[in-house]
Amino acid sequence: MSRARDLLVSTAVLLFGRGRPRLPERERIIPEKPGRPGWELVAVSLLGLGALAAIAFPLVYGLAKHIPHETQFLGLSLGLSFVLIGAALVVTGRHLIVTEEIEEDYPAEEHPEEQETLVQVVEESGDRLTRKRLFLLSLGGAGAALGVALLTPVVSLGPVFRVGPLLGTPWRRGRRLVDEDDRPWRASDIEEGTFYTAFPEGADKEDLGSSVVLVRLPKDRFQLPAQLARYPADGIVAYSKICTHAGCAISLYRTPMFEPTDPKPALVCPCHYSTFDPADGGSVLFGPAGRKLPMLPLSIDSSGGLRAAGNFDGPVGPSWWGVRLWKANPPS
Amino acid sequence: MIRKAVRFLDQRTGDAPLLRKALRYLFPDHWSFLLGEVALYAFITLVATGTYLALFYSDSTKDVTYHGPYAPLRGQHMTEAYHSVLDISTSVRAGLLIRQTHHWAADVFVAAILLHLLRVFFTGAYRKPRELTYLLGLGMLMISLLEGYLGYSLADDLLSGMGLAIGYAVALSIPIVGANLAELIWNGPFPGTDAFFSRMYIAHVFLFPALIAALLAAHLGLVALKHHTQFRSEPRQTQRKIVGVPMFPGQTPRSLGLLLVTAGVLFLLGGLVQINPIWLWGPYHTYLSTNGAQPDWYLGWLIGALRLVPSFDLTIGGYTLVPNPFWGGALFPLIVFGFLALWPLAERRWITHDYGYHNLLDRPRDAPLRTAIGLGMFTWVSMIFVAGGLDRVTVMFDVDYVTMIWVFRVAIWVVPVIVGLIAHRVCIELQHGEESERMRKRAEHRAKALAETTDVI
Ligand code: FES
Repeated sequence: MSRARDLLVSTAVLLFGRGRPRLPERERIIPEKPGRPGWELVAVSLLGLGALAAIAFPLVYGLAKHIPHETQFLGLSLGLSFVLIGAALVVTGRHLIVTEEIEEDYPAEEHPEEQETLVQVVEESGDRLTRKRLFLLSLGGAGAALGVALLTPVVSLGPVFRVGPLLGTPWRRGRRLVDEDDRPWRASDIEEGTFYTAFPEGADKEDLGSSVVLVRLPKDRFQLPAQLARYPADGIVAYSKICTHAGCAISLYRTPMFEPTDPKPALVCPCHYSTFDPADGGSVLFGPAGRKLPMLPLSIDSSGGLRAAGNFDGPVGPSWWGVRLWKANPPS
Repeated sequence: MIRKAVRFLDQRTGDAPLLRKALRYLFPDHWSFLLGEVALYAFITLVATGTYLALFYSDSTKDVTYHGPYAPLRGQHMTEAYHSVLDISTSVRAGLLIRQTHHWAADVFVAAILLHLLRVFFTGAYRKPRELTYLLGLGMLMISLLEGYLGYSLADDLLSGMGLAIGYAVALSIPIVGANLAELIWNGPFPGTDAFFSRMYIAHVFLFPALIAALLAAHLGLVALKHHTQFRSEPRQTQRKIVGVPMFPGQTPRSLGLLLVTAGVLFLLGGLVQINPIWLWGPYHTYLSTNGAQPDWYLGWLIGALRLVPSFDLTIGGYTLVPNPFWGGALFPLIVFGFLALWPLAERRWITHDYGYHNLLDRPRDAPLRTAIGLGMFTWVSMIFVAGGLDRVTVMFDVDYVTMIWVFRVAIWVVPVIVGLIAHRVCIELQHGEESERMRKRAEHRAKALAETTDVI
């Protein structure tokens, strides 16, 4: 009986006792300040609430299947428990612990004597060498050679000297134009006022040289330069879908995002709004692209299907140092 | 108990004096000193949440068909990478919370670094002896931008792919070596091979975080060795005497509290505020793109620059020396970081000729030229940042996009100069105001003293 009472009393003392005042044996380091039971209560309640929120987290996690918005409740419980416990610590720091403002010297700006010693040690370390310069040179040379050797495997990362593939495309004369599901496009599928995406039959669709946009323009709209005059087929034109600025796919066709000053139809890239004119061979009307859009010559076969009549009239995709050398040496 | 532990430590390490010093290390008390701390705590949150995400993420670009719980994407082809991020978002319990918290933490991380940088710049905290600390910080900021971009790219949704395409074009655009470099990184022409994703993954979860951690350690080590700078709020604070709250007991609960509050706010954001709902964007293919997608805010300045540059590549005959994306995507950030890195040297060499040792901070008004140039630079970058979002203005307020771009192409050169001039003026005025206030006080003082002496007489 008395044992139980002892236990009870000691528990109560543990929880609510203010602690025995210690006898000041020596001079204090941290100055003495009066206690703040009010703030203590605030901190303890914040810790309690934080613990409750923390306990809520596994509960929500366990019940996730049965409650809507589980992510919200998970975030709420975990986030709140962090914030509440953090707040308790901040309260502790600000109100329950003596905030001393102490002065102290900044560390010395420099240590001239130590510096001298260091210099001396380094200098004297090489005294035994009779041909110091030769030795240092060999050391540097060997290090550099080893560095080069260690860097060599980097070359395996990619075809660093083979830039030719950057210019290649799968388009050849006679290649059929197909849609995303490999169904051939027929000239009669292509209507005015919208655009279609086409790929070379059987080629990798992810290849930057593959995808093209198809649009049909009224015949009186065309202002093609002489060398491109035969590129359209029945009023349909095809351009590379990859923006010559930075390689995004051109996915806007005269949308409200870009209101042309004259109502020309225009192909627009949504990344930085390079705008290309489909009526004159793909010239840049506006925006940062530095090259016109490559145009693909088209033909229509006997069954009305669209086919390529050759490769593009220029290199596809974003510019690089050799992109304009394409003209001198067009890939077959 | 405590005594026992301390004795144990001292006997094993022999470093009781060092520990005592560490415990009593002084932190000057100013709210703006917490910005760097917040960045540190966001970094810790990033490492923790990122590690969890890595337990589920796959970096494979193998083509798979989606049969998961998100109905609109069922039957679509996608890479295993994108599939795994979808799974994290829909099937892994608490996965979405952790993913969104990770994303928010990245945004807050960079924001906190930027604010910290502004504080350091405009108070002259980078001056001798803290130039190295400053440069290490700049390095971390640069790596953090890349790190964030990689994280954004790993999800392999439509927006990731568009971002990567632009990154590829910027790499291609580097004069002379660009194409070779891009071929090396992507293992061939865009979109590259499976190996490219492995490379991004190891860089994102190991190389860059380890680099940031190493720089961080050096950064904090240098701070501790040379101690914090401080504002002069009372005469006690001088070049030689630091005034502050000791690490223990004063600072420890506050810092731990800030750590928990930062993490807590990030979890709240991650749970309550949706960010980058990748299931809406769908998988990426080179022939797809979408309109109106905004990247993470810290890439906005680069988008703005890419959009503002007019149409031209610099060519010599048939040789393309500088393709267009270089200007906005590479040269522009190079100029900004170059300016920031060289500023401490330039200032001391050409403006202040001050080679002295500084533990006291300037207020912005104390260094009018620094404030003016810094604000001008900040305005320049901010305006270019805004230019990256002008398409939103077109959508919301129906203002013609092309006109706005032309206005900005001019304004970004004019407005920063005006802002700089005004800032300079304001600083000087403030200084004069203080000076005359001080004179008035002194005169008053003297008059009073005089009155007293005459009284006596
Ligand atoms: S990628 Fe098309 S405009 Fe930049």
